[in-house]
Amino acid sequence: MPAPRLTELATVACVLFMFLVPLAAAGLTIMNVGLGRSRSAGHMMMASLCALAVAGLVYFVCGFAWQGFVGEPSHSLELGGKSWNWAAAEPFFFRKLAFNGSPASLAALFQVFCVGLAALIPLGSGADRWRLRASCLSTGILAALTYPLFAHWVWGGGWLAQLGANYGIGRGFVDVGGASTIQVLGGLTALAVTWILGPRRGKYSADGMAPAIPGHNAVLVMFGCLLALAGWVGLNSAGAILFTGTQPSAVALVGINTMLAAAAAALIAAVITKVRFGKPDASLTANGWVGGLVASSACCAFVIPAEAVVIGFVAGVVVTFSVEWFELRLEVDDPGGAVSVHAVGGIWGILALGLFGSFQGPVPNVGADSLPAAASASASGQWLAQVIGVATLLGFVLPLTYGVNWLLNRLSPFRVSVEGERQGMDLHELGAGAYPEFITHTDEFLPR
Amino acid sequence: MKAVGFLMLLAGWFLVLAAIVLFPSPLMRGAFVAVGIAVEGLGMYLVFRSHLIPREDKE
Repeated sequence: MPAPRLTELATVACVLFMFLVPLAAAGLTIMNVGLGRSRSAGHMMMASLCALAVAGLVYFVCGFAWQGFVGEPSHSLELGGKSWNWAAAEPFFFRKLAFNGSPASLAALFQVFCVGLAALIPLGSGADRWRLRASCLSTGILAALTYPLFAHWVWGGGWLAQLGANYGIGRGFVDVGGASTIQVLGGLTALAVTWILGPRRGKYSADGMAPAIPGHNAVLVMFGCLLALAGWVGLNSAGAILFTGTQPSAVALVGINTMLAAAAAALIAAVITKVRFGKPDASLTANGWVGGLVASSACCAFVIPAEAVVIGFVAGVVVTFSVEWFELRLEVDDPGGAVSVHAVGGIWGILALGLFGSFQGPVPNVGADSLPAAASASASGQWLAQVIGVATLLGFVLPLTYGVNWLLNRLSPFRVSVEGERQGMDLHELGAGAYPEFITHTDEFLPR
Repeated sequence: MKAVGFLMLLAGWFLVLAAIVLFPSPLMRGAFVAVGIAVEGLGMYLVFRSHLIPREDKE
């Protein structure tokens, strides 16, 4: 049974919020540019644009067919007397999608932006060494396979969303703005890509040192944070209306929680780095800011502002220490901090919903036929539903994304040559640098 | 070690799925899910260890 239509006001609000989402993509892109080396800046912009293009097109071709929407046709397995909805059964190329304000058409619009956002996340971790062609191929797999499959389970009325209706586990797995479907999925893909690529040359020396390779433009990084805020407000608000039935009149809470979580996370990251290193660190503060936004995505519609501050505070602490831990202890060379910010921050946000979330009624994340069962389910087991979601991300999505990227690396090597890395990705892959005026022309200094 | 780690991640996830289907009691279900998570944790440990850079490969 198709999902009920949104009111006219909700539809207009939802569409307007969705149009803010590309700002999140712009923010992440220029953050990735700023956190990388100057000799790869143009390449990062190019890779980001290509990732958005590939993700959008592939999602149009087959992604939405497997993701679908609540109440639309799907494939199910019978297990233990219950129906396990595991993939949508929509036609390819958005056929049969009615662009008349139906919730499915709004979801398609939202997902075209969201899949691009997820595809940008791994680019930050593969900065300065990931070939353009390989990153496009990897993005294609993400948009065709991993993203639609998991997003269906969460946002398309899949088995994770049905945990409440089928097994009485809370309201089922709930994710308002894509902390799991976009952020953790992108972050785990970033981890897989980083493992496959290996560290940048000179990152880890034989004497056990790991010298910092600082980003080349802190201004870009900080401006990216501001853009990301606008994008995230749109992302969380549109997700809340579309996937959790939040009324447009209640969206103010979503925006406030998003801002408060980011603010708390950035400030605690600045304080921690000031205490530890003597001065606040700009890139870690930026990572904290985005970590707070990511954590807010899961729960922004179901917590009060004070809880959002606590969630942001914890996100800032976790992300700041996690960046160092991944880099120094686990030898994961992640220039953009994508694994810590998106995977670790997102997992915290998902769990925080289980800890702090309070629900006024059933969440309409299942089909209308399952809603009565969902309404009678208790919200007390919500933490278990959220833990099951995290277990699925780590136990299924990570091996799957690593496996397909490992295969792709065999077919089309991910890593640029030694010479290419020394020269910089801009000159090696694009034939021109992003900042040609940086070149010193010796004739300018000759006596005239 | 890498393959074993990824297999353990999958095995942990299957334990979690089994807990959902097999145990209606919240306590037993929670305990079994915790076991699945623990297996996944062990798998993550192995996968991370297998990706540490050998000393001779460090520059």
